Amino acid sequence: MNIESTLRNDRIWRHVIQGAGFCLLLLTIAIGVFLIYRGTGTFTTYGHSISEFLFSTTFKPEDTLNGGGQVGAAIFIIGSLITCGLALLMATPVSIGLAIYMAEITPSMGRRFWQPVIEIFVGIPSIIYGWLGLTILVPFIQRNTSSDSGFSILAASIVLAIMIFPTITSVTMNALNSVPKTYRQGAYGLGATRWEVIYKIVLPVAKHGILAGIILGLARAFGEALAVAMVIGKMKALPTSLLSPTVNLTGAIAADMGGTMEGSEYNFALWSMALLLFIISLFFILLIRYISSKGGASLASK
Amino acid sequence: MKFNLKALSVLAMAGVLTLGLMGCGNSGDSAKQGAAQALKGTITSSGSSALLPLAKEAAAEFKKKHPDVSIVLNGGGSGTGLKQVSDGTVNIGNSDVAAETKLPKEKAAELVDHKVAVVTVAAVANKEVGAAVSSLTQQQLIDIFTGKVTNWKEVGGPDVNVVLVTRPSTSGTRALFTEFALNNNQEVSNKSLETDDSGALIQSISNTPGAIGYVALPYLLNNTSVTPISIDGVAPSLENTYNGTYKVWGYEHMYTKGQPDAVQKAYLDFIMSDEFGKILEGKGYGIAAKVKTGK
Repeated sequence: MNIESTLRNDRIWRHVIQGAGFCLLLLTIAIGVFLIYRGTGTFTTYGHSISEFLFSTTFKPEDTLNGGGQVGAAIFIIGSLITCGLALLMATPVSIGLAIYMAEITPSMGRRFWQPVIEIFVGIPSIIYGWLGLTILVPFIQRNTSSDSGFSILAASIVLAIMIFPTITSVTMNALNSVPKTYRQGAYGLGATRWEVIYKIVLPVAKHGILAGIILGLARAFGEALAVAMVIGKMKALPTSLLSPTVNLTGAIAADMGGTMEGSEYNFALWSMALLLFIISLFFILLIRYISSKGGASLASK
Repeated sequence: MKFNLKALSVLAMAGVLTLGLMGCGNSGDSAKQGAAQALKGTITSSGSSALLPLAKEAAAEFKKKHPDVSIVLNGGGSGTGLKQVSDGTVNIGNSDVAAETKLPKEKAAELVDHKVAVVTVAAVANKEVGAAVSSLTQQQLIDIFTGKVTNWKEVGGPDVNVVLVTRPSTSGTRALFTEFALNNNQEVSNKSLETDDSGALIQSISNTPGAIGYVALPYLLNNTSVTPISIDGVAPSLENTYNGTYKVWGYEHMYTKGQPDAVQKAYLDFIMSDEFGKILEGKGYGIAAKVKTGK
């Protein structure tokens, strides 16, 4: 009797949780389908080629239902790639260094003090980063360099780097912490120094986890709109130096989505950019899954 | 939410008639204002974000008089407002630009234009530059925005590079400025910093030496962080807009599909009334009827 009711409860809850899971799945698929439906309008309704969209730098879509403009999004794509790449270049060494310090050098301090600090960082809303960038970084660059306005790739990538470093740090730290203690003890037992243990044992074993962290950071950087948009300058031109302003995918969408008419060529071009972002983030997620599954296998085989 | 326009207007008319025949406002507790009380219904409206604060203000004031009318306001941009009113999704579409510029001809012809206000657009510059160059000829302005003039010393200012701070090409403010200040010359999009909204634009200009851009007059109210630039010696102001000397202005439109019904008409009439006109001017917008030479 008792067992039976317990079993029934189990079944009910199993269905509830399963249902919740399916809802989530359905929502994701719905978003994907909607993006594909809207995002392909540029190519189907207005007859632009995918290569024009990806490689042309002339972005002059018409905000009417007649179309006839040009939808080259290369400037936005390049802007996104450069700022994210630079941000990664700045954030990765610092993040990994900090994670090593937290996980290996001061483990107890790391857990009690550094980890909460990093978590607070992760939770700061992006508008705050953007605003700080706008009020501190942009004027600083304007005063101290040859840049006329201060709005620049440099400002955007610094802001992005600050935003993604906590993500990379915390994932890296988890990866380092998951390296079995026996590995370190074994190495110390053989007479390795701390540096040798970190460099030759811990880092190689945690390699895949760290890579996953970096990609997660990159994904966040790619999808970030607000903070970057505030400091990049949104100039529709290819950048010529670190100090020149340009524009990225998210910034372009955010700037014009409110002003375009639903169903117009301009509107569809923005949806195509959104679809591109969706595909890129999907690609990153698959990459992370691939890498971490490889990481799991190598750890188990050792 | 979709509202059946015809049913709504029939209902509203029926309401007006019944209550009118009964001789007095019969709608419960607050039946003090007589026949005006009889207005009942819902107005839905979407469109221009520049016009939204004004529409909100008007709706709030209007509801004080007609508590039984509910007004649903949405932004979404001029294009969205025009498309939705044309599709019948909303009763009123707010727009900074004429319907013909966005919609196909036959669709635009179905809409009735109500010019509810006038908005004047001013060129504004960083204070440092503005102190030396407070007026430009229209040709100089065109040269600056088309990228021919790249240093302020070329137009009698200090030796500072020109930094263009502008609005996205979908902006109504930009459309007005391009048409009337730049004589339809397109600004150089690959040399200008685009800003999502006019507030941020003012901040950018005040922080950046050599910066010049444009904003609607309401944003310059109580704001002295940037210098408005006169064009051909005429300062951007409501008086100069009314007397026809300042050219860079446009109407704010509220479109209805076909003639408005009683409730919508009352709302539109209220916005264009003298009473609301005072509030309008207090916010930096102009009254459409006061402009001597219309467009």
